[in-house]
Amino acid sequence: MITLDMKQTIFEVLSTIAPEVDPSDVDPSANLQEELDIDSIDFLNFMMGLHEKTGVDIPEKDYAKVATLNDCISYLSTRLV
Amino acid sequence: MSEFLMPSLGADMDAGTLLEWYIKPGDKVHKGDVIALVDTDKAAIEIEVFEAGVIGELFIDEGKKVPVGTPLALIQPEGAGISQETPLPIAKEAPGFVVPEAISTQGLPQLTTEAPHVSTLMLEEAKPKPATYRATPAARKHALELGIDLNTLKGTGKHGVINKADVDAAVIAKEPVVRLAETKRQRVSPLARRLAKELELDLQAISPGKNGVIRKADVLRQADRVPAAQSVAMPAEKAKLEPKAEEKDARFAGMRRAIAAALGKSKREIPHYYLSQPIDMSKALNWLTEENLKRPINDRIVPATLLLKATALAAKEVPELNGFWQEEGFKASSAVHLGVGISLRQGGLIAPCIHDVDQKNLGTLMLNLRDLVKRARNLQLKSSEMTDATITVTNLGDQGVELVYGIIYPPQVALVGFGKVIEQPWAENGMLGVKPIVQATLAADHRASDGHIGGLFLMAIDKYLQTPEAL
Repeated sequence: MITLDMKQTIFEVLSTIAPEVDPSDVDPSANLQEELDIDSIDFLNFMMGLHEKTGVDIPEKDYAKVATLNDCISYLSTRLV
Repeated sequence: MSEFLMPSLGADMDAGTLLEWYIKPGDKVHKGDVIALVDTDKAAIEIEVFEAGVIGELFIDEGKKVPVGTPLALIQPEGAGISQETPLPIAKEAPGFVVPEAISTQGLPQLTTEAPHVSTLMLEEAKPKPATYRATPAARKHALELGIDLNTLKGTGKHGVINKADVDAAVIAKEPVVRLAETKRQRVSPLARRLAKELELDLQAISPGKNGVIRKADVLRQADRVPAAQSVAMPAEKAKLEPKAEEKDARFAGMRRAIAAALGKSKREIPHYYLSQPIDMSKALNWLTEENLKRPINDRIVPATLLLKATALAAKEVPELNGFWQEEGFKASSAVHLGVGISLRQGGLIAPCIHDVDQKNLGTLMLNLRDLVKRARNLQLKSSEMTDATITVTNLGDQGVELVYGIIYPPQVALVGFGKVIEQPWAENGMLGVKPIVQATLAADHRASDGHIGGLFLMAIDKYLQTPEAL
């Protein structure tokens, strides 16, 4: 259940970064930055959006751990109590 | 009274469509106020005034396309006596003055005539009057593009304001058949969708891969199968089905035309010379990692910000590359307004500027950059941002390109490029190590400067990046 909500939250943030993309079409195991063709500023906005929605602060050194949609879901889910 | 003219918002613009007036006759304006929204081939730009005063007559109706230099409105400058020079509302729009174009007559808001006057300055025939509806700028633009009459719509926004979604809803209501065809959509990965568009392949004809989703590999497979002639014929067919796509294509075509015009002119007229310099980024990146640890997520800085600041400081130090080429020769600028190449998600490129980059700290610069990228992507830029750049930076590093040699955007005389930061073997003081390296390049106008100057400039960028704490 948590996973489902988390996915929805991530989709909401993604849609503000790349509005023309339908997140359900995104390959959950593909690198998000490549899949969505977003630059470092878009990615930072994505991180900020996730922070805003979930309260989880993703430090820069962990960016590699949130590279794909699946990674994002598991990273955020384990940090939400 | 002074005339407010249709501004040139770049070397690639010869005419603009006045989408919307934000002011009405009698309004007081201050220097820098946004008074109108003007559509160019590239984007809708918010137009600022350069003097304080009171708005007099508006000459051009919303939706009209006019050449650069056409008087748009009268402004009574601040301090000037109002009574001594009452404007006569002469019809300035002589026939033939206005560039005729389909878009200017289609689906424009009907202006009502009963709206009350606010201005005491204006005579009775003053125009234009405010419309009866209220709509967001995005909705107006959208409606204009799609040929929707805003008077026929009911706004669902706050206070009944018509928003973009309302316009979309109207389109769906208007063209149910076409929309139905579109709703039978396929599941396509974003990368595949873009690739298919670039290759002009019809997605309907592509068989999906695993989980029924069309991916890059599926598109490439189809590309191999379809003969060139057939794939070229597809867009026309598709356009018939999707009028909205057609509009987007028109915008895209306009964007390509504008880029072609400006950069064609640049390559024809500007004798470019090119230099490059690898720069060791280890100090800058280490410092930035430490710095970002201290910053909350909203204040974090991306490496591009350091590159922009270092470039601005170098431009201040080597003024021969910062300014404009004019008829009488090169004119250096004392301010450094840095143009930033921003790729648009719908295709194309725009290079608005951040003002006074050399004067700003990294935190402010980062905020400016984020704001600029966001507004550029949403096509909400101001006229000063389109015209003031004294030197431009393109940063293709995010896409993984190592080296970029740019084309100068006239009337500027230099373009600085940064590639991707890559770990490379690096010899220093007789030792070999591995360092993160960025390739800085310079394309410069040989009429304004020589290679020696260009070299000093790149060395200056390098120097500033070695003391990141001072940026």
